[in-house]
Amino acid sequence: MGGTSPCASCKLLRRRCAKDCIFAPYFPSDDPQKFSIVHKVFGASNVSKMLQELPAHQRADAVSSLVYEANARMRDPVYGCVGAISYLQNQVSQLQMQLAVAQTEILYIQMQQEPVMPAPASLGEPDDKSFLLHPQAYLNFASSSSNVIHDSLKRESIFGHDMVS
Amino acid sequence: MNSRCAACKYLRRRCPSDCIFSPYFPPNDPQRFACIHRIYGASNVARMLQQLPENQRASAVDCLYYEAQCRVQDPVYGCAGIISLLYQQIHNAETEIAKTQAQIALLIDSNTQEQQVYLHQNIEVESDLNILLQEQGDEFSLLGPPNQASSGFI
Repeated sequence: MGGTSPCASCKLLRRRCAKDCIFAPYFPSDDPQKFSIVHKVFGASNVSKMLQELPAHQRADAVSSLVYEANARMRDPVYGCVGAISYLQNQVSQLQMQLAVAQTEILYIQMQQEPVMPAPASLGEPDDKSFLLHPQAYLNFASSSSNVIHDSLKRESIFGHDMVS
Repeated sequence: MNSRCAACKYLRRRCPSDCIFSPYFPPNDPQRFACIHRIYGASNVARMLQQLPENQRASAVDCLYYEAQCRVQDPVYGCAGIISLLYQQIHNAETEIAKTQAQIALLIDSNTQEQQVYLHQNIEVESDLNILLQEQGDEFSLLGPPNQASSGFI
């Protein structure tokens, strides 16, 4: 029986690559770098444990995200993925601010285009104008994920200096 | 008697005076090391810290803790899931901004066109008025000064 080539993990770990090797489907022998980097950051036994705790159909995605995080950690040994998260969160805030300004501008233009003497029927409808007194309403674009990040990243004491790369 | 750091307590070992973990894993927060250990392992963390200058280690441990927590909460995507979500939010916000700016351009354009129509109409009215005044003026001069005229104007 022709033996199949050991997967990249078993090659690096110098062990026999079993038929049911948990790494084999995700770390082919032609890409040794992929396992090497994941092993450096997480360690083979931790990766094995993490994969075993997942259903088979989710393991490929898990490996991809582990490889992504490991690469981020190698590129930035201090901040890793968190550096990217901080930068992107900043971008989201700036864009949301831009959007709020643009939407306020539309309201302003529409107000200018309204007739000077409104028809009697339209009087007594303060709701249309009340939001102009509360522009903060347009800045509330909170999402659940940004709450997760804010809890950790808002603390000045954690990150002694600006993390944006 | 010095208390062991959370890492050495977790690893059930003696905590030496130069323990690499002790500045970043105080004994009052055992969860911090437990979480990091679950994802990265003690030897990997020790090696990563040793490769960093001392003044950067605290930040590195905070980030490792954050990433480990993300991975515990989302075992499939971890931090990468949050990054993906942020890229999606950026894309959505940019699309909305583009739509809103297009709306603004349309509103300004229609506003300008209305003003031009309004001005044009005013010019026409004015020129009609001038013609009318001219005609009345001519009639007036034909009839002579007012005190000589009967009701010359219709």
